Amino acid sequence: MPKLTIDGVEIEVEDGLTVLQACEQAGVEIPRFCYHERLSIAGNCRMCLVEVKPGPPKPQASCALPAGEGMEVITNSPMVQKARHGVMEFLLINHPLDCPICDQGGECDLQDQAMAFGHDGSRYAENKRAIDDKYMGPLINTIMTRCIHCTRCVRFSTEVGGVEDMGMINRGESAEITTLGKAVSSELSGNVIDLCPVGALTSKPYSFVARPWELRKTETIDALDATGSNIRIDARGNEVLRVLPRLNEDVNEEWISDKTRFACDGLRRQRLDKPYVRNAEGKLAPAEWDEAFEAIAARVKGVDSSKIAALAGDLCDAESMFALKALMAALGSQNLDCRQDGAKLDPTNRVAYLFNTGIAGVEEADACLIIGSNPRWEAPLVNARLRKRWLRGNFSVGVVGPRSDLTFDSDYLGGGTDTLRQIADGSHPFASTLKNAERLMLILGMGALARSDGAAVLAAARAIADSTGMIDDGWNGFNVLHTAAARVGGLDLGFVPGDGGLDTNGILDGAGSGAVEIVYLLGADEIDTQKLEKAFVIYQGHHGDAGAHAADVILPGAAYTEKSGTYVNTEGRVQQGRVAAFPPGDAREDWTIIRALSAKVGHTLPFDDLPALRKQLHAACPHFTRLDDPDKAVWRDFGTVGTMDAAPFVASISNFYMTDPISRASETMAKCTQEFILGDDEATGTDG
Amino acid sequence: MSDTFEFTPETLEIAKGYIAKYPEGRQASAVLPLLDLAQRQNDNYASDAVIDAVAAMLDMPRIRVVEVASFYTMINTEPVGKYLLQFCTTTPCWLRDSGEVVDATKDHLGIDFGGTTEDGLFTMREVECLGACVNAPIVQVNDDMYEDLTGPKMVELLDALKAGRVPPHGSQTGRQTSAPIGGAQTLTDLDFAKAD
Repeated sequence: MPKLTIDGVEIEVEDGLTVLQACEQAGVEIPRFCYHERLSIAGNCRMCLVEVKPGPPKPQASCALPAGEGMEVITNSPMVQKARHGVMEFLLINHPLDCPICDQGGECDLQDQAMAFGHDGSRYAENKRAIDDKYMGPLINTIMTRCIHCTRCVRFSTEVGGVEDMGMINRGESAEITTLGKAVSSELSGNVIDLCPVGALTSKPYSFVARPWELRKTETIDALDATGSNIRIDARGNEVLRVLPRLNEDVNEEWISDKTRFACDGLRRQRLDKPYVRNAEGKLAPAEWDEAFEAIAARVKGVDSSKIAALAGDLCDAESMFALKALMAALGSQNLDCRQDGAKLDPTNRVAYLFNTGIAGVEEADACLIIGSNPRWEAPLVNARLRKRWLRGNFSVGVVGPRSDLTFDSDYLGGGTDTLRQIADGSHPFASTLKNAERLMLILGMGALARSDGAAVLAAARAIADSTGMIDDGWNGFNVLHTAAARVGGLDLGFVPGDGGLDTNGILDGAGSGAVEIVYLLGADEIDTQKLEKAFVIYQGHHGDAGAHAADVILPGAAYTEKSGTYVNTEGRVQQGRVAAFPPGDAREDWTIIRALSAKVGHTLPFDDLPALRKQLHAACPHFTRLDDPDKAVWRDFGTVGTMDAAPFVASISNFYMTDPISRASETMAKCTQEFILGDDEATGTDG
Repeated sequence: MSDTFEFTPETLEIAKGYIAKYPEGRQASAVLPLLDLAQRQNDNYASDAVIDAVAAMLDMPRIRVVEVASFYTMINTEPVGKYLLQFCTTTPCWLRDSGEVVDATKDHLGIDFGGTTEDGLFTMREVECLGACVNAPIVQVNDDMYEDLTGPKMVELLDALKAGRVPPHGSQTGRQTSAPIGGAQTLTDLDFAKAD
């Protein structure tokens, strides 16, 4: 614990901190470009120079200087000011004066620090250097002449992203950042846009769209995967223009995935902005809300309650699912399910469907067994944590299921249940690896559960967790990795079949056989809608996707950016989203639609506003009151021991960039699909 | 230049020797000697194929090899002639009239810095100090230093190379290494200092 003096104030800091970090703790701001607390230290921008005594009589780079006992650090002396002026002048020698046409303008580190620490003029009269712009894929726009060579992007993509695509070539004045004409093949690549302290790397879809001071900023939660990334939505008028990450150390640190960031242009296309009713000719025709509700009320009347069913999709908020569950209960139906992929999750035990270790808890594990999951696509930020842990060393990862490039070393153990059985009975060599590790975890993906023997696989995974000692005092290594933001919330509030009720497969089969006549789809699109042809389908959602095409009545709802909704992430973390923009046209917040419909079908639900609904939700599920504070679920018995199919596990996501109605409607995600999934080499020209 | 590259059995043996010098898991450290080795085999040109071959041998991402290859001026990422002429024009050489040597070469070969003669024999390149200032001016021809040059001496050297002869390198005035011009200036009264 070295004690040092910073600008005359004595402070004691932890061992191993740098002078820059010590200054931060003392509340002294040090300007910097290349230093970033989540990346390795490069020490190449020289902006963080300070005066340090004892030492040579020259300014020193504080980001790379360990804080030592008895150091006297001065950050406001004439020497430091002169040094900062000098560095700033050097950086600006080759930086173009194009701030008026630069997308970074208004939120640019170089701009801000030039104002705060720089000179008011330049003594450089020669020609500035110019560098060709590079092609880095459909997401990252490059204006390389603006680059100041901090190498944050190279360090991020290599260290956090785990892809060796970016690098700095040549030297001195000719140095340039490049990917050699390749797109940056990481699901986290968009973060380099935030990291770039200048306007060299900017967002391609957002280029020349808006200035930061024009935007209304709303802090909310992402719903496109089950991570529950904390995001900030920037909107102008009623249009969501971009999505940025928000700091949450326990969930997404300060990164977000490319789908979270760039799929927002899908909110503008394919939207349902009016109710529709299928007319006598079998065509969907625009209608008024009352007409739509009456069409439903007329159809529901006289139908036996056992022939009514409801399915909730992947993007639903807890409030709308709670309202629909209440409506189904009022109608007397037991047929409801929020597991539209048919995953055999056990809704009675919270511990059986949560990511119990916690996303941040991954960093404390010593070994990991991944079963039927590709975390890189299913939850890129969980994968980033696994990689972060792996980088520290002594972390063995075994994979059972589809092979995939996880960005870290892993042992491929096998494709399916046979391997699982061998690990459970200890005959597989990886079992001894597990035995020798102290803190073990397993990740069970939807690829292993969304199959007919899912319950048996769940039991087998539980057996492995028990036999290898994954459950210990204060440590629970059993993790289910969800792919849908709505899933845990739906399971928590019991949006599952009641006594004798049908589950997803039962509802779909029942609709085919006539056992189910009315199916209410609450944003459920990832189902085989062919099976619904005979049934009367009500689709409530925000995009004209698979569910809407199969519908007889369409009720236009709100996307996750347009409603105040509660989401529970894969860890069981309850988080609340806020309204960033209003739903288009006649579309309404989802719970209000269900509430209005309930009055028309004669079962008025007992809440008139959101607080009243939430009060009932909290009474039914008390843990929904604790925001951003997941509680530890108690280890219990779950799963049904049974015979497991020998068929290998298949990936639950075939295209990371298109997993839901929003990302399927997104032009940017379509470009990513073309670039990264279909891999059309002809399209990837060099130099954009 | 060829766009394929494969290590010959002989160079492969040498390459393995280089790689073996580094501890297990640190094979990437051999990237510079391997680039040099491969470039020598490939007419002094580290082509894309050379970079790919080195990257594959060391299990390195391509961009990491390109970073190294493009950083060091001794790795030629552009094709060069059979004789790469590197002219030092830094202050000591310049004071000893390296300008004359450069001009003579330009006139004689009809190319400028960065250019290659049409017959593919010579490439001219301007470089910083070659570290032999005492024998300035200097030109490095591939691996050898030709020192104490003048314009006419340089033309002589070029003609010899063109004719397929490689004159002895070192001082072109005949002095022994970097001994004083005109013989020893000190310790002349000692017997053992006499030449014979």
